[in-house]
Amino acid sequence: MDSMYVHIPFCNRICTYCDFNKVLIKNQPVDDYISALINELKTYGKKSLKTIYVGGGTPTALTVSQLDRLLKFMTEHFTVTDEFTFEANPDELTTDKLDVLNNYGVNRISLGVQTFNNDLLKVLGRTHNFDDIFKSVNHLEKIGLTNYSLDLMYNLPGETFEDIDMSLKYVGELKPKHISWYSLIIEPHTVFYNKINQGKMTVAGGLEEGEKYDKVIAGLDALGYPQYEISNFAQPEYESMHNKTYWLNEPYIGAGAGSHGYTGDERYYNIKPVNHYINNMNEHGSVVKEKLLLTQNDKFEEEMFLGLRINKGVSEARFTEKYGVPVDAVYGNVLKSLTEKKLLTRKNGYISLTEAGRMIGNDVFVEFLL
Amino acid sequence: MNNMERLKRQENIRNFSIIAHIDHGKSSLADRLLENTRSVEGRDMKAQLLDSMDIERERGITIKLNAVRLKYTAEDGEEYTFHLIDTPGHVDFTYEVSRSLAACEGAVLVVDAAQGIEAQTLANVYLALDNDLELIPVVNKIDLPAADPDRVAAEVEDVIGLPKEDAIYASAKANIGIEAILERIVKDVPAPDGDPEAPLKALIFDSVFDPYRGVISSIRIVDGTVKAGDKIRMMSSGKEFEVNEVGINTPKQLAVEELTVGDVGYISASIKKVGDSMVGDTITGAENPAEVPLQGYKKMNPMVFCGMYPIDSSKYNDLREALEKLELNDSSLQYEPETSQALGFGFRTGFLGLLHMEIVQERIEREFGIDLIATAPSVIYSVDLTDGSTIRVDNPAQMPDPQKTERIEEPYVKAQIMVPNDYVGAVMELCQRKRGNFMTMDYLDDVRVNIIYEIPLSEIVFDFFDQLKSHTKGYASLDYDFIGYKESKLVKMDILLNAEKVDALSFIVHKDFAYDRGKAIVEKLKKIIPRQQFEVPIQAAIGQKIVSRTNIKSMGKNVLSKCYGGDITRKKKLLEKQKEGKKKMKAVGNVEIPQEAFLAVLKMDED
Repeated sequence: MDSMYVHIPFCNRICTYCDFNKVLIKNQPVDDYISALINELKTYGKKSLKTIYVGGGTPTALTVSQLDRLLKFMTEHFTVTDEFTFEANPDELTTDKLDVLNNYGVNRISLGVQTFNNDLLKVLGRTHNFDDIFKSVNHLEKIGLTNYSLDLMYNLPGETFEDIDMSLKYVGELKPKHISWYSLIIEPHTVFYNKINQGKMTVAGGLEEGEKYDKVIAGLDALGYPQYEISNFAQPEYESMHNKTYWLNEPYIGAGAGSHGYTGDERYYNIKPVNHYINNMNEHGSVVKEKLLLTQNDKFEEEMFLGLRINKGVSEARFTEKYGVPVDAVYGNVLKSLTEKKLLTRKNGYISLTEAGRMIGNDVFVEFLL
Repeated sequence: MNNMERLKRQENIRNFSIIAHIDHGKSSLADRLLENTRSVEGRDMKAQLLDSMDIERERGITIKLNAVRLKYTAEDGEEYTFHLIDTPGHVDFTYEVSRSLAACEGAVLVVDAAQGIEAQTLANVYLALDNDLELIPVVNKIDLPAADPDRVAAEVEDVIGLPKEDAIYASAKANIGIEAILERIVKDVPAPDGDPEAPLKALIFDSVFDPYRGVISSIRIVDGTVKAGDKIRMMSSGKEFEVNEVGINTPKQLAVEELTVGDVGYISASIKKVGDSMVGDTITGAENPAEVPLQGYKKMNPMVFCGMYPIDSSKYNDLREALEKLELNDSSLQYEPETSQALGFGFRTGFLGLLHMEIVQERIEREFGIDLIATAPSVIYSVDLTDGSTIRVDNPAQMPDPQKTERIEEPYVKAQIMVPNDYVGAVMELCQRKRGNFMTMDYLDDVRVNIIYEIPLSEIVFDFFDQLKSHTKGYASLDYDFIGYKESKLVKMDILLNAEKVDALSFIVHKDFAYDRGKAIVEKLKKIIPRQQFEVPIQAAIGQKIVSRTNIKSMGKNVLSKCYGGDITRKKKLLEKQKEGKKKMKAVGNVEIPQEAFLAVLKMDED
């Protein structure tokens, strides 16, 4: 396995939309967690990896010394050949923390900007404001860590088309290498979900969401960030290698509380609650909660609905090589019907979504479930 | 057994049913009678033993009949053979009720000590009186806090004419009064008449299909005897069969040497479908046949029709096989192939009533695993055409154009509704809205009123019962009987999606209500049909004239933006959920329509 995801489940504040595995950092056994995490990482042995992605929660919620301890171990234990990403919150990416990341060879930052509108940032429950974004980018530029991505969101409650224009304008000014721009998804177990259920909040969705999506794609393209995945855009040569592991359906290690991993034959995930994670690591030396063995059909399905997320699409040659059967043997009828409906195209050995297909990607993906 | 023994035995036989409204405690009382006569061993005892189908137990109603033999040693020291014959508790199955009552000499009338007599109970009491049954009134659930047994006993006297002193106060749940009921069955229910040496006459009151043994019919011997090896003849069809086995239910099936006068049991004779052993028919001996059959046989005709289509059109043959199998067991189920432009190949299917329809649909989905689209139920219209001919139309889509139609008649029923007087206004308003003609109204006692209306059957089919319940807080009870056809000013309303007529959504409506219904249905459909990949206009039209229109907006974007940190399993679950939802919908042209849309016409008065 060439890739690894590491989860830091702590935050200084809980965002109103977030349903990832996380807890408020206050009074948490953070040092014990890092010890347990280090022990889990040891179980994978010393190895060379192409990509590591440290996400959360908020990795930058850790203190300088906690970051130092974790990174010291990771860089001694693993060699990262290509891409070493850290997620960061703009207000938490202080120069001293940034120095630590930089010293240990972190070469890519995913900055949780979400929006440039201060009012919307408040609605999202974020700890940073407009100025923090520019401060943190300044730090990055100063230190020379110029391979950073801005994490943005659209379809927020109360958001206008002007807000998207504003974000596009600042992207043009800041010139990050990469943009992830996600549509807000209302998930259960979030503040937003409850508010919507109580009728206290609404989000646009549907048509307006579609129009905003079009605006995002066209706007970023004009700025030199062609879309390469449903929610991802990059300058040439700066597509995220780590995230492409998921979409190309290649194996990855998942470490930390609630992380998901994939061996190529099974998907597994770790115990979620921080305390249980620590105790299990200490007492049993293992934290995997469940393993799901994939059937041949599961693999076909995942290859398609993950691969189609990338604009380039699914390679027919690679499909045959991986599974020993041509894609038409499994999906001949589906492919025929979807290309007739102009939701898919087949060109140069790749199957990919059309623009219309991308807008209703889920309806296309569903067709590939066997 | 010689003839003397048969006659002696006959004197100690008691055949009876229990008449009760749903929830008034019929099944509990039956359970208690079985227990108190030690007919059932503990390990066989399930709650509500006589209801054998899953759907029956879930819905708390009896659909198929059962009969069970009980042995009871009475206070006089004699041992008696009881046959308890169960009856279905729903208006769709009135005929089956009348035939099972015809197999009895008596009936235990159970009335809830708090609720009093309900319309359904009264209807069945009249059926019992038609069959000259001895009635034993039981006021049940006397241990409930709201019980008022004296009032209810008085009501039974006023309404039915059974002296209130005769009523037994009981609680099946608390095992109160059960011995008294058993003794009264011995004393009041007459022993069966009949001559064991006369030619065989046996009444069929139920038939079920067993995949291994063929049809098993429940019968009551009126004259003669029958045993394995006998040649028998069905008197309505003349078809002959050889008996494989006769037996009794204890409640387990137990083969016996012979069945003779007064016996209630089962017969199996390699009969391949229940249509050859119809409820109400008389079985006689092929070699020494009776001259005249027992009274009361009639073939039951379906009253309500709907189209049934497999959502997955490749399941058409599976659906046909499912219907064939159900037909083996259900002689009143009718079906024939039909084609809908919108839904493809399916079947027009006829039922005795709405419950019957729901049960069949549910069984096809549950037992045969076929996802169905069922169109809104329709009645049979009689249409005089301008060319002088008359046709019958059981599918609204087939209704001829108005210019070809001289007149249309529709079936009417006499509806009897019993309700506390506080709700008389609400009931009358509902009946009026449902095009009912008021007939009579009388007070059963100080508070309860019996209201009679003549109403088009189609209005009963269109959500009448649910509305009656909601307008009367559940207090009203309903019974109805078909009375005949009457002329009505009816028109066909067509629904167009994306400018294409969806034949399966057409319905028949009275001219005076057409405009409002058209408006209501397009709004309703707009809510039910999910947004599609493009904008879809919905129109309601009478002939060429559009009476109402609206648009279903396009759905816009539908793609999961997030990666869920490598949690692919979760992503897949979301897609699978979407797929499940899709499975329940039928693609008509480019538009995905959920089952609910086809029933929208039924629920239009809600909003």
